[in-house]
Amino acid sequence: MKIKGTQLFVKALKEEGVDTLFAYPGGMAIDIFDALYGETAFNVVLPRHEQGLVHAADGYARATGKTGVCLVTSGPGATNLVTGIATANFDSVPLVCFTGQVPTNLIGNDAFQEVDIVGICRSICKYAVTVRRREDLGRIIKEAFYIARTGKPGPVVVDFPKDIQNALGSDEYPQEVSMRSYKPSAGVHMGQLKKAAEMLCSAKRPLLLIGGGVNVSRGGEALSAVLEKVKAPVVTTVMGKGAIPTDHPLYLGNMGMHGCAAANTAVSECDLLFSVGTRFNDRITGKIEEFAKNAKIVHIDIDAASISRNIVVDVPIVADAKEALSRLAEILPPQKHDVSEWVEKLTSIKKQRPIVQDGGGSLTPKDVIDEINRRYRDVIVTTDVGQNQMWTTQFLELKGKSRLITSGGLGTMGFGLPAAIGAKLGCPDMPVVCVSGDGGVQMNIQELATAVCQEIPLTLCILNNSYLGNVRQWQEMFYGGRYSCTCLRKRKSCGEWCSSPNAECPPYIPDFVKLAESYGLQGIRVTRREDISAAFDRAESCKNAPTVIEFIIDRESNVLPMVPGGNALSEMVTEFKKEGR
Amino acid sequence: MDNTSRKRWISLYVENDVGVLAKIAGLFSGKSYNLKSLTVGETEDPTVSRMTISLMGDDKTFEQIKKQLNRSVEVIKVLDFTDLPIHKKEILFIKIHSLKKDEMEEIFRSAAVFGINICDCDRASVILESVKTESENDDVLKYYKKYYLSRMEAVRGGSVAVESVSKSER
Repeated sequence: MKIKGTQLFVKALKEEGVDTLFAYPGGMAIDIFDALYGETAFNVVLPRHEQGLVHAADGYARATGKTGVCLVTSGPGATNLVTGIATANFDSVPLVCFTGQVPTNLIGNDAFQEVDIVGICRSICKYAVTVRRREDLGRIIKEAFYIARTGKPGPVVVDFPKDIQNALGSDEYPQEVSMRSYKPSAGVHMGQLKKAAEMLCSAKRPLLLIGGGVNVSRGGEALSAVLEKVKAPVVTTVMGKGAIPTDHPLYLGNMGMHGCAAANTAVSECDLLFSVGTRFNDRITGKIEEFAKNAKIVHIDIDAASISRNIVVDVPIVADAKEALSRLAEILPPQKHDVSEWVEKLTSIKKQRPIVQDGGGSLTPKDVIDEINRRYRDVIVTTDVGQNQMWTTQFLELKGKSRLITSGGLGTMGFGLPAAIGAKLGCPDMPVVCVSGDGGVQMNIQELATAVCQEIPLTLCILNNSYLGNVRQWQEMFYGGRYSCTCLRKRKSCGEWCSSPNAECPPYIPDFVKLAESYGLQGIRVTRREDISAAFDRAESCKNAPTVIEFIIDRESNVLPMVPGGNALSEMVTEFKKEGR
Repeated sequence: MDNTSRKRWISLYVENDVGVLAKIAGLFSGKSYNLKSLTVGETEDPTVSRMTISLMGDDKTFEQIKKQLNRSVEVIKVLDFTDLPIHKKEILFIKIHSLKKDEMEEIFRSAAVFGINICDCDRASVILESVKTESENDDVLKYYKKYYLSRMEAVRGGSVAVESVSKSER
């Protein structure tokens, strides 16, 4: 039977098991939306901006492990996806993004709402392709899903011209994929793995460094199995957090720029760094020459290009993190040395030098995160980017099925709220909390409407310090306290550049409580730590709409400890006092 | 690992699709790799293109380039030709005009010495066609630039390379 391209598109999504489609219509996608009309096989979610759309699909994919699916129109619809595609690419999130395109005979004519989205996305996605012939449509969609979710997952862009959408053709959707140019690596090199296992069990000061790859491959259980066979302390990157329960006796915490003392000490002093699923970026390593200086390094990663790029390693293993860890657990010989002293040394540093935040009785970000820790065993927490993100990664405890969703690689402000919406849509039975800042939340605040329309409860925590706090912190620490364009209260009439917030500052805009109310939502402003719990109670009582809680925090709180860029991990700044205080 | 930068050769099999050349070229520019030349053309199988790429880089960068090429969805195979016995040739055209009779004679003589063709001429102009290695063509070009720079144009194609069948070393 001959069917239209749009009908094959709908059929393809069904065969791929898609249950949620994040979609925003427009002129070059209208035919696809017509084919979706009345469709009950999937929930078609209409966000309020395409950037919110792609972050929501991203949050959905990270929360569920399934592929997030986006559908937008050509031109601005497509270009609004760009930041979200790059975000997903950096954090290895499987997405398939369908973009409408002008008819093939108009491509290249500067037609209305025409852009070369494949060209724009080429360097920020795993694969991008334009469907040029109706007979290729089924194969291309099949390949798109296959490429997105296999190997190192990532976003795929499928550009779908209007004439192909309407052309009649075969109704067959292929069952198999065969691509000579794309063969994701499977299996583990057992010789290399045995060598690595031997090193792990004979090290005197072994350390496991767990990156985002372990979370992407859902390798947490395999990691636990390894830890049952070998006693070795564990540190995580921001993206690896949660791969091991944070209350596990061998877990030390996050390492890197804002990592804890125990974790960074462990990296500096270990004699074997057994790393899985990390690309050793600059936020992790600090000064490269000093990084794990006395250690042999094992590196397991699915991406051969990540191995020995930043850090030269002794044993490289190209493999899926989960598979490699599972096989490792099977073959690990008994440990040769007693490492108790090493473990105890680190756990006592963890006890003696925890990350603290003392507000002297006033409300701190830690108080908010602690409340999340007390309240939930299983929870999905999304963050925005900046101080709110770093505080969350420092203080959040992850147990049970809990998961942290954050834009680690690209560091995309505006990610948190839409990602939370996507996560909630994917995991309706899990409580979802977004920890955002007053800067980042405004980058996609319009998505509150999406959550209202989808009738989903989630708790949006806005940590409001009236600053773009992370940059302000850098300005305070490294730029002589010159707060250049980071104050969100500054008005033209403030006059001169200002670096000292005070009681006379103009009022904050918007009023987040009133803003929430304008969406028909509860908006709660919390200024005292004793009111935190009650605010969460109120948020939880709402079962079909989000709740906005604005926490007024100290304007100049810093994220500490910190390893200033370019310093060795052992050179941690734990205290910083502003001059003249 | 050798930290010194030297010339490398890659032969690349890619899908013969729209945008693949842009993808590969973009990879080099986006990651600041030092591309010297890139040629591309269809192979015996019209669905496959083959690229010959020459570049400058140290061992570490070159390893990374090969990995990055390998992980590209459109790339079928990456062959490192750097230390293999290969045949590689580049075409160079040099057009020289406003020549006097004695200059014309000199060009015909020197072309014979260098073993390059005169593929076209009229009474005052010639087109030289040199099919040689890149560095030999460098020498040819240098010679003619010395005498005819203001009256010439040069077009180079970049190298194509193929693995040899009889040579065991270069």
